[in-house]
Amino acid sequence: MSQTDNFDDLRDLYQEVILDRGRKPRHGQRLESFDSTAKGDNPMCGDRVQVWLKLDADKVDRVGFEARGCAISVASADLMVETVQGRDKADIKALFEAFRTLARTGACPDCAAALAEPMEQLAPLAGVHEYPSRVKCATLPWHALIAALDGTKEASSE
Amino acid sequence: MNVMTNPIALDVERIRQDFPILTQLVRGKPLVFLDSAASAQKPRVVIDAMVQAMETQYANVHRGLHWMSECTTEAYEAARDAVAALMNANDRSEIIFTGNSTGSMNLLAHSYGRGVLKPGQAVLISGMEHHSNIVPWQLLRDSHGIELRVAPVTDAGELDMAAYEELLSDGKVGLVAMTHMSNVLGSIVPAERVTAIAHAHGAKVMFDGSQAIVHRKVDVQALDCDFYAWTGHKLYGPTGIGVLWGKRDLLERMPPFMGGGDMISSVTYEQSTWAAVPHKFEAGTPAILEGIGLKAAIDYVQAIGYDAMAAHEASLTDHALSRLAAIEGLRVLGQAQDRGGVISFTLDKAHSHDVATLLDRQGIAVRAGHHCAEPLMRRFNLDSTARASFGVYTTHAEIDALADGLVRVREFFQ
Repeated sequence: MSQTDNFDDLRDLYQEVILDRGRKPRHGQRLESFDSTAKGDNPMCGDRVQVWLKLDADKVDRVGFEARGCAISVASADLMVETVQGRDKADIKALFEAFRTLARTGACPDCAAALAEPMEQLAPLAGVHEYPSRVKCATLPWHALIAALDGTKEASSE
Repeated sequence: MNVMTNPIALDVERIRQDFPILTQLVRGKPLVFLDSAASAQKPRVVIDAMVQAMETQYANVHRGLHWMSECTTEAYEAARDAVAALMNANDRSEIIFTGNSTGSMNLLAHSYGRGVLKPGQAVLISGMEHHSNIVPWQLLRDSHGIELRVAPVTDAGELDMAAYEELLSDGKVGLVAMTHMSNVLGSIVPAERVTAIAHAHGAKVMFDGSQAIVHRKVDVQALDCDFYAWTGHKLYGPTGIGVLWGKRDLLERMPPFMGGGDMISSVTYEQSTWAAVPHKFEAGTPAILEGIGLKAAIDYVQAIGYDAMAAHEASLTDHALSRLAAIEGLRVLGQAQDRGGVISFTLDKAHSHDVATLLDRQGIAVRAGHHCAEPLMRRFNLDSTARASFGVYTTHAEIDALADGLVRVREFFQ
């Protein structure tokens, strides 16, 4: 094992933005006033996340979260918040499907052009597709978000 | 590192040659397998025994009147003798084959729990159980009116003996069901004292020996416990075969768990009668090949000897604890006086899943998560830990690789 190996191959998974967001999430707090909340739970590994939503008419106005989990899940939650605020439910569900494809395959060639901008923001998470056991870390906060939108209280990424 | 000459030391380089998988490369690097507590690797003799049975000597057991069936029955039943000898059971009929430890404990919860324990009695577990020794008792509690009690674990990760005895003092506990060695902390429970105290208060004792039997000689007569559960795949044997040992008089009082072929004496539509123990508890075609593989694994372990394995493991564990203690921000969970080769830890800068992924990139396999012991994690205010666990084939150099790797993980997440 070479001591000069600086995990260069891991930089695809742990890009600087992931390390930074995992360490210091911008939106990692509960909302004082909210319309809906749900928990996400990954029972096999113990990661937990809870999201809170504030709606404005049919759009998600603000999202906050608390996460206890790995860098990937915390960073994913943080990036998720920035890409979903201001969008309506149908839009967010479409974005989740696109993100899920990105996380599983590393790309989303058939993604709608309308999603190009948020998908670019989520692109730092594309590296998880090479780590099948870590894909669920990235998708866990989205499962919780969708559960909050649908009014179900709990979600699981298993 | 000083090389100590130890008269009973095992030759780890020689042993490593017995395990074909250890020559595999992972991500282009030599495999450093530190996840034996989840499932151990298999020596060539186990692999060969199972292949040879399939190639030369295989039929169903206990029912054929032909040569192949007789030979297979003999080979399969030889596993029961090997298990009985391994555990120093009084009688080979006290050995029940199950699918795994979980199967053994569910058998006990169903059969002893529903058939012998009475509503209003209690089952006492410890605060460091695997889910497989929690959930079956919760199901029993909810269906059968059994109280479930939990003996706490100290900050050092040991069973709180005073609290344990206090929980037995009202005489309501019918069964103590406890791990013999924690799969998270590595702590070994003082099994003889636990048993003596339970018996003094009228309770029977079952140990979950899934981890302990890999690291320590288990003599059920010396322990004087009443039941002992373990699984083959952690003792270098195949998956799919576990053991429940029980004292014969208790097994005879227990009703069957599953009904079917092999477990009956006679069947009519009005009623059936049961086969004698252990077959009463072994419905259906058993794990024949796995039994044959388990026998090979036991022979292998016995040839090395528990004294040599325990000495090797103690040396590895000491080395690992001292190397890990030197890593800034690393915290080892539990400081039990008596411990086996299982070490859980956290790093201040990185979540255990991230630790595991970065170690994996260096070819080092550890487990990360809650280790099927969520209540224990909560006890220590954690969601997860990384865990390194050792086997007969683990080397000091592999532990150095782990320690060096962790330093680099911490730098990465700085």
